[in-house]
Amino acid sequence: MLSVTQEKGVIPKLKQEVMKKMIEQGVRIDNRGLNDYRALSIRVGVVRTADGSSLVSLGNTKVMAGVKVEVGKPFEDTPDEGALIVNLEIAPTASPDVEPGPPDENAIEVARVVDRAIRHSGFLDFKSLSIVTGKHAWFLWVDVYVLNHDGNLVDASTITAVAALMNTTLPKVELDPAGNILRIDRSSRSPLSLNMDKLPLTITHVKIGNFLLVDPMREEEDLSDGAYITGVAGGSIVAIQKVTGAFTKDEVNYMVSNSINQYIKLRESIINSMRNPPTDLQL
Amino acid sequence: MLLYQRIIRRIMGKQSPVPLLVNGRRSDGRLPDEHRPVRMEVGVINNAEGSALVAYGNTVILAAVYGPREVPQKHLELPDKAILRVRYHMTPFSTSEGRKSPTPSRREIEISKVIRTALEPAVILERFPRTTIDVYIEVLQADGSTRVTGITAASLALADAGIPMRDLLVGVSIGKVLSTIVVDLNQLEDQYGEGDMPFAIMYGHGLITLMQADGEWLPNEISQSVELAFKAAERIYNMQKDVLKSKYAEPSVSLMT
Repeated sequence: MLSVTQEKGVIPKLKQEVMKKMIEQGVRIDNRGLNDYRALSIRVGVVRTADGSSLVSLGNTKVMAGVKVEVGKPFEDTPDEGALIVNLEIAPTASPDVEPGPPDENAIEVARVVDRAIRHSGFLDFKSLSIVTGKHAWFLWVDVYVLNHDGNLVDASTITAVAALMNTTLPKVELDPAGNILRIDRSSRSPLSLNMDKLPLTITHVKIGNFLLVDPMREEEDLSDGAYITGVAGGSIVAIQKVTGAFTKDEVNYMVSNSINQYIKLRESIINSMRNPPTDLQL
Repeated sequence: MLLYQRIIRRIMGKQSPVPLLVNGRRSDGRLPDEHRPVRMEVGVINNAEGSALVAYGNTVILAAVYGPREVPQKHLELPDKAILRVRYHMTPFSTSEGRKSPTPSRREIEISKVIRTALEPAVILERFPRTTIDVYIEVLQADGSTRVTGITAASLALADAGIPMRDLLVGVSIGKVLSTIVVDLNQLEDQYGEGDMPFAIMYGHGLITLMQADGEWLPNEISQSVELAFKAAERIYNMQKDVLKSKYAEPSVSLMT
């Protein structure tokens, strides 16, 4: 599997110039400031067949996630822990340039960054997923689907995965005295054990000229000279991924501290929108 | 099931079989800011346009460069610049655990991508439109820090191939072991440490072209890590220049005699 230089989306010269001129004045083509996120909407419990689900819109980027839980055998080196597996596909519905097929390197990269941000945050208590030490544990399969791609897939996907986990419930397991599973009662459920102070989020910056912008739209990604993702949980950094381009030390330090500030705002809006009651599936 | 997760599973923060830090010394006796011995050689593969073998301690990586040459899949070529095609690959016998399947894992696919985007800012791709420059990185022996060792090797191989570059690239890894920031992680520290932060640095330009992190870091630990990475990169950068000079300086001397 070779990683190959990718062609950027074509933006007409005139539009490029307009975008750059506006950015110099602190405004973007959708009238946002350089340090503003787009409107965020989150709905959870949208898929009845999943054990947890969510649908997130970040501007025109639309991402959906479903969690399926399964009982599996714990890994030998972590006998008292369950597991989390994040998979992500950019559905062919997402944009005209997406071809159907197995996840390509871009989808794999997004999935792995989202996975790392959640895994190292302390948000999910892996020990709480244990059923019988060394024998049975819950495996959480988080499948993220990008339905419409208008940039910043990583931040949108992290929010979607986190919201789906917040919506996930585990069925009740009945055991015999020897620790064998007698019955899995899917009608009696309890929520996951989550530490909301460590809620993980990612903050994506792109560099356009000498400016750093958060939450890029697709056209801004195409115009950008570099992209950099920071995973934040509480006051800590739990993941970093330079995606494209080159950055100076000062730029890195700015993006790290700005991510911590952005995190506080973003986390609050997520917790507020989680109060929405479960709804039927509507795009 | 879960094959790709089982191959290289990290059990970060878990108890290590040997202590990672005793009296300020690491499991292999190094100080926190001490890099393992670096060994490098260029021109090791006859058929390649350029090649290099780089070792950071027991991590040994081969990189070979072919091209600029015609793009086999025409639709991939770009009218204004060359494309880079990069593969990072672990040989099945390179890990300390059992045999690693030679099929690329999700980890290897991601690493191939981040190495490509680390090399792209350094290579002057505009010089060779409608061609490909292929960079093949083979992990021959793994003891932590394989992607950054691979970057140092790839950069040398590109230079050895005579591909014009803005700067050489140095790969350096930083990690967190028992709350101490350390440079150049070995396998044990990578597996049981609290965090890992690989870098690729264009030292002459002061630019970072690869930076990743996992584990848990405080903001000030990140700026500290960046500084430490630049410090370690300087020495390796100078070594790279010396190795290239010693290969290409000699013939011009022999012409004089």
